Amino acid sequence: MTLAQAKRGQNVEVVAIANDTVRAQAIRFGIAVGARIECAEKLPAGPVIVAKGRQEIAIGRRLAENIEVKPA
Amino acid sequence: MHCHNCLAKIQIPDGAKKIVLVGNPNVGKSVFFNALTGMYVDVSNFPGTTVDISHGRCGGDVVIDTPGIYGISSFNDEERVARDVVLSADLVVNVVDAVHLERDLFLTLQIIDTGLPVIVALNMMDEAEAQGVKIDLDLLEHLLGVPVVPAVAVKGQGMKELRKRLPEARPGLVPPKLKTEIQEMIRCIGSSPEALLVLEGDEEVAATHGVAPGSGREGIYQERRNRVNDILGHVVSESSEGANFSTRLGRWMLRPVTGVPIFMAALYAMYYIIGVVVAQDIVGFTEETLMQGLYEPAVRDFVGRFVSPDSAVGTILTGEFGLATMTVTYLVGLLLPLVVGFYFILSLMEDSGYLPRVAALVDRLMNTIGLNGRAIIPMILGFGCVTMATITTRILGSSRERTIATAVLGLAIPCSAQLGVIAGMLAGLGTKYIAIYIGVLVLVLGLVGKVLNRVLPGESTDLLIDLPPIRLPRGENVLKKTVTKSYAFLREAAPLFMLGALLITVLDLTGLLEDIQIWLAPVTTGMLFLPKEAANVFIMGMIRRDFGAAGLTDMALSPEQTLISLVVITLFVPCIASVMIMLKERGTREGIAIWVGSWIAAFVVGGLVARLVL
Repeated sequence: MTLAQAKRGQNVEVVAIANDTVRAQAIRFGIAVGARIECAEKLPAGPVIVAKGRQEIAIGRRLAENIEVKPA
Repeated sequence: MHCHNCLAKIQIPDGAKKIVLVGNPNVGKSVFFNALTGMYVDVSNFPGTTVDISHGRCGGDVVIDTPGIYGISSFNDEERVARDVVLSADLVVNVVDAVHLERDLFLTLQIIDTGLPVIVALNMMDEAEAQGVKIDLDLLEHLLGVPVVPAVAVKGQGMKELRKRLPEARPGLVPPKLKTEIQEMIRCIGSSPEALLVLEGDEEVAATHGVAPGSGREGIYQERRNRVNDILGHVVSESSEGANFSTRLGRWMLRPVTGVPIFMAALYAMYYIIGVVVAQDIVGFTEETLMQGLYEPAVRDFVGRFVSPDSAVGTILTGEFGLATMTVTYLVGLLLPLVVGFYFILSLMEDSGYLPRVAALVDRLMNTIGLNGRAIIPMILGFGCVTMATITTRILGSSRERTIATAVLGLAIPCSAQLGVIAGMLAGLGTKYIAIYIGVLVLVLGLVGKVLNRVLPGESTDLLIDLPPIRLPRGENVLKKTVTKSYAFLREAAPLFMLGALLITVLDLTGLLEDIQIWLAPVTTGMLFLPKEAANVFIMGMIRRDFGAAGLTDMALSPEQTLISLVVITLFVPCIASVMIMLKERGTREGIAIWVGSWIAAFVVGGLVARLVL
């Protein structure tokens, strides 16, 4: 499944991130492949808000559709 | 842009060390900077960027601040500037937010990996304690291999100790494998920090050494992330979880049900502060009383002693668009208060952590015109000054986004200078025409964005933004940001306003201005059903958009004609200073395309509206 399909409050593990630059930037924020994250909020057709510990990140919907995750 | 030359402007006395402050955004870095340097601080701009860095003295050494970043490489201007400053450092003070070690330690480890002597200042220890985060400082120091000083910067705690322990700064622990790779790379490059960046695939640093950028970024980043997680596992223990008020408030700002009303309230507050307090009360005083009442007559009198006001030089200096009169009045009396007002509010929104949440909230909407939520920043600034906003489009992730944003700004966003006049005239027209006016502009904005999004090659970048905790902004910080940003803008824009005024005066003196008016007349009367004098207004609008709008108030127009001309002057060419910024930022071809496009758009849309309402 993709991050965009995760439900609000669901915990997921990152499996793959398609884009090179995005992958590098995401690692800095702690969203590396294998990281367990929480889908904290979903804006209608908009960004997915991801939480890892106290760190929160907004990820555009199209980007979220390109992040492969699995339920954790 | 890889330049050590920019740093050359900062004078480093013999024997002085360069101490560089590095940290993530909003970790309280500037408080440390002030504590280390005291009062005497210089600010310098990095050419080609909107990035300013401060530097000051600490004893016999020089302290240099850097913009807040998540890592050093070439993802954006801030990172590039920070990278260049770090590369020149003798010692790095890394300010870290104790509550967000997970994010901040990535940068810490990257700096340690450069091999430079580092000391870590662990800020916001009180907040960490309040949130139940316990950090084993001795162990952290041991695992990083560099001194760690706990601090609560806003209360001044830990500052003395940091100063005392500065000499203890030392290179930290670099993983053996990476160390070997760096050592091999040093052979052809000479410096350890630059060797690391080349290994991480930094093209600009690689180019300065004439070597190929490495392909190991991903591996190095991933390994570094694992180290961060490992260190955290050993060092941090959390006793309480559960959302506190700041977290909940942050979420409310995001959820549309609560987020949209909060955003509306924020916009209204902004309108009130800028549209009412600054634009009317303050500008009323600075522009009319101070500049036009006192300054201009004095200058005219002074210049008049040397040259006749009717001569060419006299006209250029003190004529209708005089360099010493109108231009100065415009810059100091009108633009300065507005720009300060806008940057003040933007800094407040930025430092409180609200701005990234607004970006997330409007992301979906921005996507429809090929932009992402980040573009809300130039859009908001555009209502202040389109020139200022156009410069800010540099923060956008790709060239196509900068093109779209620049075009939309130039075309459909009325800047504050004309907004006041337009609002005043619209108010007299009644609700129906106000609705048509706003509707037409929104339609044009959407259409232009959509079309450009469709025809421009490439892809826009997606939103990926850190949502920092909601915090009460610190006044000192907000003021400092406001001052440096306003100053940077005026320094960049003032020469362009001067040049613009000069250009118009020359057009006027040579009679070309009149030719253009005559040449425009068929459009004005035939297409827009307006009196031919309206052409004057359009031309005036090229210098200062509000001149254009203000000119309309003097003409006898029917309500329909007023609506048509308001639509036209809003869509019409942005003022000459923003045209020049456009040419500078987007290149001659694209700048001219946007410029000509706005002429066409203004007259075509104006013509359509004319046929609609008349």
